[in-house]
Formats: sequence, C-alpha cells, structure tokens
Amino acid sequence: MAASKAVMRGPTIIKAEDDKTRQLNPHTLMAFSGEAGDTVQFAEFIQANIKLYSMRNDTELSPAAVSNFVRGELARSLRSRSPYTVNLLLGGLDPVTEEPSLYWVDYLASLAPVPYAAHGYAQYYCLSLLDKHHNPNISLEEGMKLLEMCTDELKRRLPIDYKGVLVKVVTKDGVKEIPFDNDRVARSA
Amino acid sequence: MSRRYDSRTTIFSPEGRLYQVEYALEAISHAGTALGILAKDGIVLAAERKVTSKLLEQDTSAEKLYTINECVNNPFLSNECITDPLESFELMICSNMICAVAGMNADANILINYARQNAQRYLLTYNEDIPCEQLVRRLCDLKQGYTQHGGLRPFGVSFIYAGWDHLRQFQLYQSNPSGNYGGWKATSVGANNASAQSLLKQDYKEDQTLQEACAMAVKVLSKTMDSTKLSSEKTVLLPVEFATVGKTNDGKIYHHLWTADEIDALLREQGLAKVDDEPEAGEIK
Repeated sequence: MAASKAVMRGPTIIKAEDDKTRQLNPHTLMAFSGEAGDTVQFAEFIQANIKLYSMRNDTELSPAAVSNFVRGELARSLRSRSPYTVNLLLGGLDPVTEEPSLYWVDYLASLAPVPYAAHGYAQYYCLSLLDKHHNPNISLEEGMKLLEMCTDELKRRLPIDYKGVLVKVVTKDGVKEIPFDNDRVARSA
Repeated sequence: MSRRYDSRTTIFSPEGRLYQVEYALEAISHAGTALGILAKDGIVLAAERKVTSKLLEQDTSAEKLYTINECVNNPFLSNECITDPLESFELMICSNMICAVAGMNADANILINYARQNAQRYLLTYNEDIPCEQLVRRLCDLKQGYTQHGGLRPFGVSFIYAGWDHLRQFQLYQSNPSGNYGGWKATSVGANNASAQSLLKQDYKEDQTLQEACAMAVKVLSKTMDSTKLSSEKTVLLPVEFATVGKTNDGKIYHHLWTADEIDALLREQGLAKVDDEPEAGEIK
C-alpha cells in the first residue's frame, strides 16, 4: 500500500512527511484519504476498536471482518448529522489461511474486495496501468515494480506535488515500511 | 440460620456461599440428563426427555436441543476477485452451534433467544460467524449478572454447547447458572450427571469417530436413565433426543437434529430398543 506524504490546505502544502495509514492489528493495514480531520479521527477510532476486540478475545479479526466492521461504522456515520468524509483502502492477510486481500471502501460506505485500487486524483492515472499490468499471481517484487510505474506516471502527468509516497507492505510477518525512491526522475513518454 | 441469606441472590452467606445459585444448580440436577461428546470429526449431543404422558400431543420439534447459529455462506469471506471462483467456494466456511438444555425450559428459551440475537448481531457487524467461545461467554456474562444484581433469581439452566469455528475447529462447552463455563472433551449435566460423568471418563477415547461417540452417548444415557430399556414405541414420545455437528465429505460443516426414525435405528443398532417392540402394535385394528 502506498499513500502520498503531503498534507494540503487549499493550494498550500502544510506537511510533507505525513503518514496516511494506520495499522489496525498485526496483519491489517488501513490507508485513508478525504476531509482533513475526519480521516485521522475515523482511522484512529477504528484502530482503537479493532485493538479492543483483539484484547477482549485474544484473537485477531480477519481483514474481511475488519473491512465489514469499518463499512458498518461508516454507514452508521453517513446517516448521522455529521458524517465522516473518508475514503479507505484496507489490506491484510487472513491470520488463519494466510490469504492476502484488499478492500476498497468509499465515503458512501461502499465496500468491494478488489485486486488493486486507488483513491483520489491518482486513480485517474493509475487504474489503467494497474489494469494492464496486474495479474492474479503477481509477486510482491513485481507489485513494487508496478507501483514504481504508477508513481512515474503521476510525476509525468499529475500537476500536483504530492511529496512522494510512503510505502508499507503486509506479509505474514506483519506490517513494515519499505524504503521507496521518490526522487527518481520520470522521463516524458 | 441460612434463612437470612438464601432469599436474596446477591448476598453471600457467612460461609461465603450464594444460596440461590446453589439452589439453581440443585434444580438442574433433577432435570433430564444431557450429555455431549467431542469426537475427532464431530460432536454429538444427547438429551433425555423427562417422562411424557401418552396424552401429550406428539410434537415433532425438539424440546431439549436447539440451534443457536445457522450456517452462512458468504461471498465476502473470500476475496472473490482474486481467487478462482471454484476455489473460493471451497474456502467458504461456516460455523454452527447447537446446544442441549438441562433445567427450566422457560428460562432456557430466554437465553437461547439472547444467544441467537447475539450471533446474528455479530454476523451483521463482521459478516462472519461468531466464534463459539465468544457466544458462550456472552451468554455466561448475562447469567453472571443474575447472581449479582438484586431482586432477580438466577437462570435455572445449564447448557452444553457444540460448535465449530475456524479458530478452534470442533468445540464442546458447558455452562451453569453461576455464569462459569469451560471447554470439555465429554461432559454431562442434569440428573445422575455424576455417574454419567464417570462413565464418560471410563469410556472416552481420544481420536474416536463421531459414529463411535454416538454409540457411547446412547450407552451412557441408557445407564443413567431410570428405565432400563429405551422405549421406541411410536405411540409414546421417544425419551431421547440426538443432535450432531460434523463435516461433510466436501469439508462443509453441518448440524443435524435427529429424527425419531434415526434415533430408533441407532437404538436398535446398539440393542437398546425394547425387545417386545412391535411397530404394528399401536396401529388401528
């Protein structure tokens, strides 16, 4: 999973080293974008609830269960007086089957299991690339290559300085940050 | 002496006992026996129906065995977009929970309703079946409440739960009015449960099959019940109920409340049906 490091207010960049992800349990990671304030508030609310579940029950919720819980909370919020405006990506490994999965959730509380996904402006540039190059048996290494292609395309075509991306990987050993070369120059096609 | 302490559930006696809880346990020890045996490929629950009148309407529904959580097959459980649809079908898992009741049936109905609601609420929240132990614990939390809050009597029921989940596969639990619960390989509640327990301890074998467990259950039950032969006359209600949780050949979990005919077949197989039993005896001449 990759998320841009920039925090913006209007045209101004106010932070360039932001982490737009939260680890929910040892094998589930959530990335978020949307309304400033809402995002972190909602993500940490989910994080706390998932941790509480792990503590109470001495087990880890599967990514499928987590995503459904998140969808439910977002749907509940949507029907309140002040709904959260948050888009999410949830990635993780089922602790029992060790099967990886990715879930796409938007601020209208739609949930979909997907092979690849993007939120924000990036999706207009990346989805076509992902569609062309992704295959169901893609390895982590190939996935990283594909991510590089995506960021190259963003540098080439997106007229916004998003301050590079922060990359995290979920494996059966847990979640870890992967160093990513954001200074690579992308040649125009 | 004890009069001062036994009318309220919430007050300890000077010896440090809660009389109402003990009385509830006593009430259960007069109820029909129920037992559960864990096998390597499933679980069997068996329960004794207390003497029923010939005049009682022959009800087909079980009165001591209940389904708490039904199976659910859910496309969201596996990531369909990535895995092959056929493969993901096999990955679909479903948990099942059934329970046997010993004690007051009216009290049991309240608790079973509560358990079913909780199982469904969990399913709604997580789109996954509730793990067995969690459901047992939620029920026991409710039971515990009635040993602590004033003005109410504890639930006069003990349960034996049989279930399956992907965390711990087949599981057998027992709970009592105090709100305590534990996991067991074989256990019993109700009348004569001490002798049933020692029989179970004697005969229990690790790695036995579900079929062997069923045979063992019927044997233990026949020894602890008042009548020596388990009646199988069609005119009288069958005095035992059976239910199993198991796995089908293609790896799906099923639960099954036995019909009278199936129980009858098992009794005959074990030579415990009445010898002078003639199916035609009750027919119109």
